[in-house]
Amino acid sequence: MSHYELRCRECGRSWGNQPRSICDDCFSPLEVTYDYDALRAQVGRGNGQGTFSRASIAQRPPNMWRYSELLPLPPGYEPRLPVGFTPLFQAPHLAEQLSGTTAAAKNLYLKNDAVCLPTLSFKDRVVAVALSQAKAFGFDTVSCSSTGNLANAVAAHAAREGLKAWIFIPSDLEPAKILGTNVFGAKVVRIDGNYDQVNRLCSQIADEHRWGFVNVNLRPYYSEGSKTVGFEIAEQLGWRLPDNVVCPMAGGSLITKIKKAFDELIKLGLVEAKEVKFFGAQATGCSPISTAVKTGSSEIEPQKPSTIARSLAIGNPADGHYAIKTIKGSGGWSEDVSDPEIIDSIKLLAESEGIFTETAGGVTVACAGKLYRQDRILPEETTVLCITGNGLKTTDVLAGVYRTERPIAPKVAEFESYLQQTLEPADVAAEIRGVVASQAAGVGA
Amino acid sequence: MPITVQIPTALRRHTAGVGSITCAASNLGELFSVLDEKFPDLKPHLRDDKGQIRRFLNIYVNEEDIRFLGGQGYSFQEGDEVLLVPSIAGGAV
Repeated sequence: MSHYELRCRECGRSWGNQPRSICDDCFSPLEVTYDYDALRAQVGRGNGQGTFSRASIAQRPPNMWRYSELLPLPPGYEPRLPVGFTPLFQAPHLAEQLSGTTAAAKNLYLKNDAVCLPTLSFKDRVVAVALSQAKAFGFDTVSCSSTGNLANAVAAHAAREGLKAWIFIPSDLEPAKILGTNVFGAKVVRIDGNYDQVNRLCSQIADEHRWGFVNVNLRPYYSEGSKTVGFEIAEQLGWRLPDNVVCPMAGGSLITKIKKAFDELIKLGLVEAKEVKFFGAQATGCSPISTAVKTGSSEIEPQKPSTIARSLAIGNPADGHYAIKTIKGSGGWSEDVSDPEIIDSIKLLAESEGIFTETAGGVTVACAGKLYRQDRILPEETTVLCITGNGLKTTDVLAGVYRTERPIAPKVAEFESYLQQTLEPADVAAEIRGVVASQAAGVGA
Repeated sequence: MPITVQIPTALRRHTAGVGSITCAASNLGELFSVLDEKFPDLKPHLRDDKGQIRRFLNIYVNEEDIRFLGGQGYSFQEGDEVLLVPSIAGGAV
């Protein structure tokens, strides 16, 4: 018997374990719940030497499966890909830029899922869990509606697991994300419509075909994979929770699942209890959740997305209601930023910390800057920004930002001439001083 | 002024397996009255105790979310196809 089961988030009815995401009684979403008493025994109270203690987790391989007890995996499941356990590190230069003070230097962290394997976004985490269940439920075909990263992840994991994949995407998706799905042999269906329309279509198709739609009938299992971001943040901070988390929002699920992860760690005694503030980040061109937070509404008014942040372009977020609750209940806030601000922040993150993120990461960084300026996040507080995707997938948004340099002949004189023309006057003077100094010291270049 | 209403699988156990009906409702209020009369068991699954449409039920008219068409104030046109869809799918971010 499993140590987890599906339960309705609203009426509480139990649905066991099956490929389903809504409660037939009240139409509300289902969520996985666990036998926390049994898990608490595995942590081992007192000396903390149980099979699921901090010490035993530390002995496990560095991937998201080290938290398997808190994931809805089929009995005996053996993972075939080392997903997750992405780096968490301080971002002192970015901290100074965003907060305007050096006081934040040691307190701002980046959780970098731009390097999550195998497809360079945090979606690898959710798909890994969803496909474990897809196989257990006997599906031979998996599917999803996607704004790109999920498409890549489902296609790659399906290839690895020997499953067929049908991927539904809006037709205007970034070319790199389409190619990054095609390459795994998935069947890509381009829909002439926005993500919300693709999504609605998939709900209808899921009604008719016996396929494992990771974000429809496998959604309760799939979304649990997001918790591993929260588990890793806590462990990588030395088994403590941060003061603030800034998280991009599309469907609104990730922010709620990081909160669930922290709550579970507290419940099991793996971290000390702490009130963590959750901050949501959206693009102004698609900001139904941040609009609701700012206007004090608990309900979502759907929007027609218009933003370069296509991975966040969900105008009718399925978990919007719960994201609002998470944010408000934690004392956090939500912000949104314009497309030019997104591009500036992609550049800022790259130039300050050497991380090339996709548009969603630009949204997170830009919103974090606003939150520092509003004093909603303070420099002395430990703050984690969730960078969820890789910039190599959305290079099209930077088209025209950088000019194409004219080529020069492979001659030193050509380069010196080029250098003179390229450097600012002040740089030229410094360069000349440097050359003179090195010649005087006899070290040459 | 007939319109067609598609009922998702999840709700068909309350409609004796009926997946689609045609009726002459002119707005959402009238449509719900028709459904109440035809399928009394369905009512509590579409609306909460206060009579409000359940939060996680999305209603589409010819593939457009009815909230973009004026919501409860929208007047159905002849031949409209109405879809009842649970708000279940979506990105994970």
